[in-house]
Amino acid sequence: MSNSDWPLWEVFIRSKQGLNHKHVGSLRAPDATLALENARDVYTRRSEGISIWVVESAHIHATDIDQADAFFEPSDTKIYRHPTFYEVPDGVKHM
Amino acid sequence: MQQDSLFEYVMRLSDDSLILGQRLGEWCGHGPILEEDIAITNIALDLIGQSISLYDFAAELEAKGRNHDQLAYLRYENEYKNVLLVEQPNGDFAMTMLRQFFFDAFRLPLYEALMQSRVAQLAAIAAKSVKETRYHLKHSSEWVIRLGDGTEESHMRAQAAIDHLWRYTNELFYENAHDQRLQESGAVPLMSDIKEKWQKTVHEVLQEATLQLPSNNWKFDGGREGRHSEHMGYILSDLQYMQRAYPNMEW
Repeated sequence: MSNSDWPLWEVFIRSKQGLNHKHVGSLRAPDATLALENARDVYTRRSEGISIWVVESAHIHATDIDQADAFFEPSDTKIYRHPTFYEVPDGVKHM
Repeated sequence: MQQDSLFEYVMRLSDDSLILGQRLGEWCGHGPILEEDIAITNIALDLIGQSISLYDFAAELEAKGRNHDQLAYLRYENEYKNVLLVEQPNGDFAMTMLRQFFFDAFRLPLYEALMQSRVAQLAAIAAKSVKETRYHLKHSSEWVIRLGDGTEESHMRAQAAIDHLWRYTNELFYENAHDQRLQESGAVPLMSDIKEKWQKTVHEVLQEATLQLPSNNWKFDGGREGRHSEHMGYILSDLQYMQRAYPNMEW
């Protein structure tokens, strides 16, 4: 039994009610049921979670690192997109 | 209900957990994959944790001033009352998983029944351990199904493990005069009830796994009376080395 025969799974854990599932890492497993069990054993040993999602890594579509410039750099020069150019009136609270 | 019967009963539970935990611990660093290595050692630690609670309770019942370390590490082989099943060597992964499955399928209904025990402390330990055990059974069942209904090779190995281990399964349901005394007072369940549930689980899982029960019905026993297989001495020499070499050490 070789590790590489098994698909890779990405693991997402919700640490408590109301919070998002957060990516915590990946693991190998032959199917979804065992991926959840492996995730439980590898990533929640110290009470880190109350819910686990796993998804086969192959099903994730990601941006191409070679195109990161085109994807992300244009927004670096557009500081006006941050809401920092407004005068907040004195009477407004909780801003 | 006599204290000595309850002591005997609790020591059986505890020794089963300790010795199986020790066996599973041998996989540490040797698991077939990293994820399963962690899964097996988690189960080992659960079992050893259960044995600590049980030895603590046994020590109280005995009231001779021994603590859980002395009960776990400083007895002679014939004083251990674990079943022969849990001391059998790990063998291949299929052998380890089938041994685990036969044990978990027994332990779960036993703990579920012990939660109703008239002995409050025993009921409390059972209630605490039952969740862990439910997960152990789920994990070992999943693997038995995948090995049995997997490849030709995994099916062959899983079937070989069943054919070998089957002879040790009947001893799980051992009873003697201690049990009868405890059953009469509502402290522990009838083993015949546990056996019925065990058989149901075993039949369901093996059927789904396309595995067969062996036609032979050899029955080995002795562990519950302190007569162990040749493997036990080697386990104890590993297990007891530190306490024997450095008496009363703690860490």
